[in-house]
Amino acid sequence: MTLQYFLRRVVFLFLVIWTAATINFVLPHMTGRDPIKEMLMQQIASQGRKPAEAQTIMNLYNRLFALDKPLWQQYITYITNVAQFNFGFSMQQYPRTVMEIIIARGRMTMPFLVVAIAIAFVGGVWLGAILGWNKTPRWFSNIIIPPLMVFSSVPQYLVALVLIYFAAFRWRLFPLGDPYDKFLTENWGDPKFLASYAYHAVLPIMCIVLVEASGWALGMRAMMVTVEGEDYTTFAEAKGLKPTRIFFRYLLRNALLPSLTGLAIRLGTIITGSAVAENYFNYNGLGSTLGTAISTFDYFLLYGIVLFMVVGIAFATFIMDMVYPLLDPRISYRAQRG
Amino acid sequence: MRGFLSYVKRNPAFGAGFAILIFLILFSTVGQLFVDTQKGPYALATMPNLPPGPGHIFGTDRQGRDLLAVMVVGTGLTLEVGAIAGAIGLGIGIVMGFVSGYYGGIFDTIITSMIDVWMSIPGFLILVLIASTFRNIRLGVLEMGLIVSIVSWAGPARAIRAQVLSMRERPFVMMAKLGGMGSLEIVMKELVPNLLPFLVMSLSQSIYGGIMASLGLEGLGIGDRRNPTMGMTLFYVNYYSAFLVGLWWWIIEPVAVIVLTLTSLVLISFGLDEIANPRTRRGL
Amino acid sequence: MTDNKVILEINDLKTHFHVEAGIVKAVDGVDLRLNSGIKLGLVGESGSGKSTIALSLMRMIRQNGTISGQILLDGVDLLKLSQEEMRRVRLSQLSMIPQGAMNSLNPVMRIGDQVTDGLIDHGQSMNKKEKENIVGELFKIVELPPKVMHMYPHELSGGMKQRVCVAIAISMRPKVLIADEPTSALDVVIQRQVMETITRLVNDMNLSMLLIGHDMGLMAQSVDVLAVMYAGHMMEMGGVKEMFADPLHPYTIALIESLPILGSRGVFKGIPGIPPSVINPPPGCPFHNRCNRMMPEICPVQAAPYREVKPGRWVSCHLYN
Repeated sequence: MTLQYFLRRVVFLFLVIWTAATINFVLPHMTGRDPIKEMLMQQIASQGRKPAEAQTIMNLYNRLFALDKPLWQQYITYITNVAQFNFGFSMQQYPRTVMEIIIARGRMTMPFLVVAIAIAFVGGVWLGAILGWNKTPRWFSNIIIPPLMVFSSVPQYLVALVLIYFAAFRWRLFPLGDPYDKFLTENWGDPKFLASYAYHAVLPIMCIVLVEASGWALGMRAMMVTVEGEDYTTFAEAKGLKPTRIFFRYLLRNALLPSLTGLAIRLGTIITGSAVAENYFNYNGLGSTLGTAISTFDYFLLYGIVLFMVVGIAFATFIMDMVYPLLDPRISYRAQRG
Repeated sequence: MRGFLSYVKRNPAFGAGFAILIFLILFSTVGQLFVDTQKGPYALATMPNLPPGPGHIFGTDRQGRDLLAVMVVGTGLTLEVGAIAGAIGLGIGIVMGFVSGYYGGIFDTIITSMIDVWMSIPGFLILVLIASTFRNIRLGVLEMGLIVSIVSWAGPARAIRAQVLSMRERPFVMMAKLGGMGSLEIVMKELVPNLLPFLVMSLSQSIYGGIMASLGLEGLGIGDRRNPTMGMTLFYVNYYSAFLVGLWWWIIEPVAVIVLTLTSLVLISFGLDEIANPRTRRGL
Repeated sequence: MTDNKVILEINDLKTHFHVEAGIVKAVDGVDLRLNSGIKLGLVGESGSGKSTIALSLMRMIRQNGTISGQILLDGVDLLKLSQEEMRRVRLSQLSMIPQGAMNSLNPVMRIGDQVTDGLIDHGQSMNKKEKENIVGELFKIVELPPKVMHMYPHELSGGMKQRVCVAIAISMRPKVLIADEPTSALDVVIQRQVMETITRLVNDMNLSMLLIGHDMGLMAQSVDVLAVMYAGHMMEMGGVKEMFADPLHPYTIALIESLPILGSRGVFKGIPGIPPSVINPPPGCPFHNRCNRMMPEICPVQAAPYREVKPGRWVSCHLYN
């Protein structure tokens, strides 16, 4: 890995985060109104929020965004706050800070998300590699590929709805919501809690795996077919190598590289897709908190979660970009990934 | 036309996708003759919670919408959102892709970095921000299409740029240049016709992307809650916990329509990919 | 150095591909004999089926193809072997220098490992030290520095990559070495150097080689026996000197006449017309529609038998019946 490649990726990472933060800053200004103030007023009027408390939020908000200062100063203040992960207070759950809520909810989402993406990627790549291998019987591909095409083209929450209806409601195999049993308290050292968490995570994980593994299987299959047509595969066969060695060291190894790039590109879609799906699962994680923030007009929370997710996805992509050159010796010769 | 038919024969994926799409379009247009589009797809049209049966062959939902009317009208609305988003997204993508790929230089540098950064930010989150910030604006079909197109240009732009780059070096473009054709003329007369299958494929991809994004937004409750689009129908299914009260038809119907819509678009672009990139012509 | 023992014998080899438009008869009844220690050149235009012969010998044609006939390698019929037996024959008894030098090596594997993995899959076990010795020895033969074994393909030039492929192909001293246009992807100067290396090591190791190509000039310098193919059929075969001095088949004559001669500035003589389609080919001699000595009563009707007209000289033409 060359230093230049590394620096390029770092600059790119910051460019992505900065762009997202700037959009976050610019958007409320573009409406020409003050949706946050309007919202607070509405709360005083309709939900009986105490005017004093609203005023406190208002003041915090003014200070956080330096609203009495000129625009450029507001911008700098905002970016500085964001850089410190300071997204202010939730408007509905005052005095909890946005970051507190993100951590509390993210704790529920992160573990199953990581597990699901790992299973989906490994499973999908394997299935695709087998489907694309010319030693695999044709009838097998003919049976498997049509459902893969359907699963890979629908959003996760659609699969979620069907899974919930059958697996949770009709057959009562899995719970209908929540990240863990209501009678338990969150304690990650307690095996009972962990078991309950895992049990509740089965459906959300299945949902991600069905959709994403299908997509990767199809992509990997296409790559395998391409690699099979390469001269080095022909030569490998002419060398009298064992079919398993050709499969692992030549076909799989080369077809895997574009799939990894695909994983990096797709990460954002998976995470946002699963955020929407959480709302259908009634799973109290980061995604359903985003849904709540939208429907309760909790702008601080909404902006905070969105920015947090953007940063998280950007970092995950960055890490993948750092791993990639270890697998592809040619990378330092290429200007960009892909 | 005969060419088209023989193509469909050789390329079953495209044929199937195209047939499904035609069926959906017919369902939403001809279907309007048989349902009450004025009242049917809206709340309190009739008795709630009716299972499929005579009178309401698709059943009704918890707020008394006639689900057949919802499906007929909703399919059309959802396809419209996708078509608007796809057309705008592809339009921007074409301009960006052609300028970047054909003129190169500083344009290319700026546009490619824009595309790269934009594609690295999960577009859906940006949509969530925009749509919820401007939520006092009524998000009808047109507005939804416009908002969704914000994220649907980058993919086509990148793909078209790559195609133009490779095509720019082909002999027939060189010949046109030597023959004294102007840049714009070359783009219009030589590049666009040769890229046509590719552009149609990009269109179906960005319609797909547009529909996906709009479904996602509506699934989170962003959008006009009165419009019986597919996404809103799903939102209500979840909102009123259709699965808890056992209204299975209310779940199955929109799921089926959405699966058909998305699958048809994917099959179409999958099929067109074979014409656009002959190298991948290997059959299923 | 030749002991006149037939090492490779091909009898009535037919390789047909089944496609939508019909049957592609890429190779249609070819006979060929290769004596031990001999370098045989197989020439023909692109599409004449010469590369298909190479792949048929290796039994590596695509799934929609069928091979029939007999391929006897040192008396063993390769077409009767099981998949696994055939795999063991590749590299150890019959090996191939590939056509596409630029892409014939796995881009994500070190060169050394790509040389030894074939040996390992043929039952040789070796530790790291032995590996380096074996690869070093082979690299000496093909004139590559030992440090290449630790590099990746993208760090090598085209000529070096092709030398690596040559080293792999001879790593088990095969009975027959097939070289399918081994230098076509390289530039002219490098072509010559690599070809010289190949000829030298084939002589030194006393290998038998089937050299496939379309360049008559290159062939003239490198081989002992020349065979000419056209549209899936064998046209003529004989010692390379006699072939050039006294070509018999009109196609061979035309091929030799089309060679540029140094010093003469005249117009090159090409062969007018194009080869016939190999999908459902017309009856008769495949060359009849381009032949300037075509006999209308027989050539378009019936193909000429491929027979020995004088010792070591075979031809398929009605003129010599």
